[in-house]
Amino acid sequence: MSTASTSFIDRKTVVDWLGIAPFMIFALMFLVVPTLYLVTGAFFTPDGDFTFKNIADLFTPSILSAYWISIKVSVASSIGGALIGFFLAWAIVLGGLPSWIRSGLLTFSGVASNFAGVPLAFSFLATLGRTGLVTVLLRDWFGFNLYGTGFNILSFFGLTITYMFFQIPLMVLILTPALDGMKKEWREASEILGASTWQYWRMVALPILWPSLMGTTLLLFANAFGAIATAYALTGSSLNIVPILLYAQIRGDVLHNANLGYALALGMIVITGISNILYILLRMRAERWQK
Amino acid sequence: MKISKILAWVALAIGVIYFIVPLIGTFEFSMRMRRGAYSFDAYDSVFSDMQFRSTFGFSMLMALFTIIFGMLLIVPTAYWVRLRLPQMRPVVEFITLMPLVIPAIVIVFGYLRLYNSSSYIPFTGSIQGTNILLVLSYITLSLPYMYRSVDTAMRTIDVRTLTEAAEILGAKWPTILFRCIFPNVMSGVLSGAFITFAIVMGEFTMAALLNRPAFGPYLQLIGANRAYEPAALAIIAFAITWLSMGLLQLVSRFSKMTPSRP
Repeated sequence: MSTASTSFIDRKTVVDWLGIAPFMIFALMFLVVPTLYLVTGAFFTPDGDFTFKNIADLFTPSILSAYWISIKVSVASSIGGALIGFFLAWAIVLGGLPSWIRSGLLTFSGVASNFAGVPLAFSFLATLGRTGLVTVLLRDWFGFNLYGTGFNILSFFGLTITYMFFQIPLMVLILTPALDGMKKEWREASEILGASTWQYWRMVALPILWPSLMGTTLLLFANAFGAIATAYALTGSSLNIVPILLYAQIRGDVLHNANLGYALALGMIVITGISNILYILLRMRAERWQK
Repeated sequence: MKISKILAWVALAIGVIYFIVPLIGTFEFSMRMRRGAYSFDAYDSVFSDMQFRSTFGFSMLMALFTIIFGMLLIVPTAYWVRLRLPQMRPVVEFITLMPLVIPAIVIVFGYLRLYNSSSYIPFTGSIQGTNILLVLSYITLSLPYMYRSVDTAMRTIDVRTLTEAAEILGAKWPTILFRCIFPNVMSGVLSGAFITFAIVMGEFTMAALLNRPAFGPYLQLIGANRAYEPAALAIIAFAITWLSMGLLQLVSRFSKMTPSRP
């Protein structure tokens, strides 16, 4: 410690910064540098020359279609999750249900939002697969052939339904506090002024809630976009979404260009990054009303 | 008022159906192994599988190391930031949230390129090194949850006064940290630990790409090769998540009752 002898102030500052040095070194080594390595790698050729070709190569049909399917699944599951989640959160906060239902649903949401990955895929295969419980019951009780309608759990629609199992509870968990923050006075004031329930929601409640609603939907979007385990266990590599393509690339360089793999990763970071930044901005806006 | 109450029950019914049906379906499927009768054969088959035991044990061990080393990293950092570097709070908080923004598969991709056997720090060059890298990757993944729960617990105690009191009584830094701070944020440490446990036990991406025999890749392997065992494993995994979250709820409820606030 060479700076330690100079003066007391300096020494204190050094000690102060040394205190979080382990954390900073950890973050650099296992979070920042690995990410930057990929990000910069996306702009170089295997020989080390600067290039935009990798980024341009992302816009080839096969990679573009992977991004497109990923975005579709993420958008569908986040909007579906947000709508049902909002409806549920509204029901337990403002719907006048018994209070034990509220605490029960919140506890269950804590569990279900963490129940993702491979086991979740098994659950939906056992329920909506070709010999799954719901498929069999629909056939035996109602004579309804689910797979005759073109439905398949190993498809875009199946993956969306499966993702919603962890999206809905996440929405409930994040939105319940926002709905709790809706002041009774707002409702009363609008009623005194003669507003109907519809007018109250359209002109008071939703304008206050929309940043929370939009923000959380974006969070759900990023959540679905980065997920791989569920999709991989459910569909193997038959559904061409970005995380599965990246997984295959890491395993065996299916794109035949290591640096194109980095560009693929960069694309994922950009998409999840943008939706998270928007989430943070919307959240700050939402908090204006909750003070 | 009447209509909103009916709508609330409708919402609840939709939610319950969405969440309960897959669980019933999974349970029913897991009992179908014996032809013509319900049985627990699939569970027998799972529990007697040596690979189940070894991968489950391996993941438990990884979870334990993740919790211990993660907390040894997080608690002092959160403490130090509150005590000496409050201006760094937003930065540290931002870093801990980064794993939620950068997908796990991207992070591990970076590891594989940076720490391969021909690099300066060849983590993946040996089995021990890869195991260490796996634990470090799990710490990264659980950073947001660990930091938030510890920081929340630290908010309820007066870090500065506690530290000054301990210093006046002649305590050295290790004593302050391990006998004053740690016990006081135990509720945060425990809730962080339970959620980390739930995450690590089912984690697939990191373990699969680092080629370690963890529970997540084992689940995937069974899913690709067997019919009824996956459903039984899903029920077991759900029970683990439920247990972790149940304990978490218990801890947070318990800690609300202890008057540790100044």
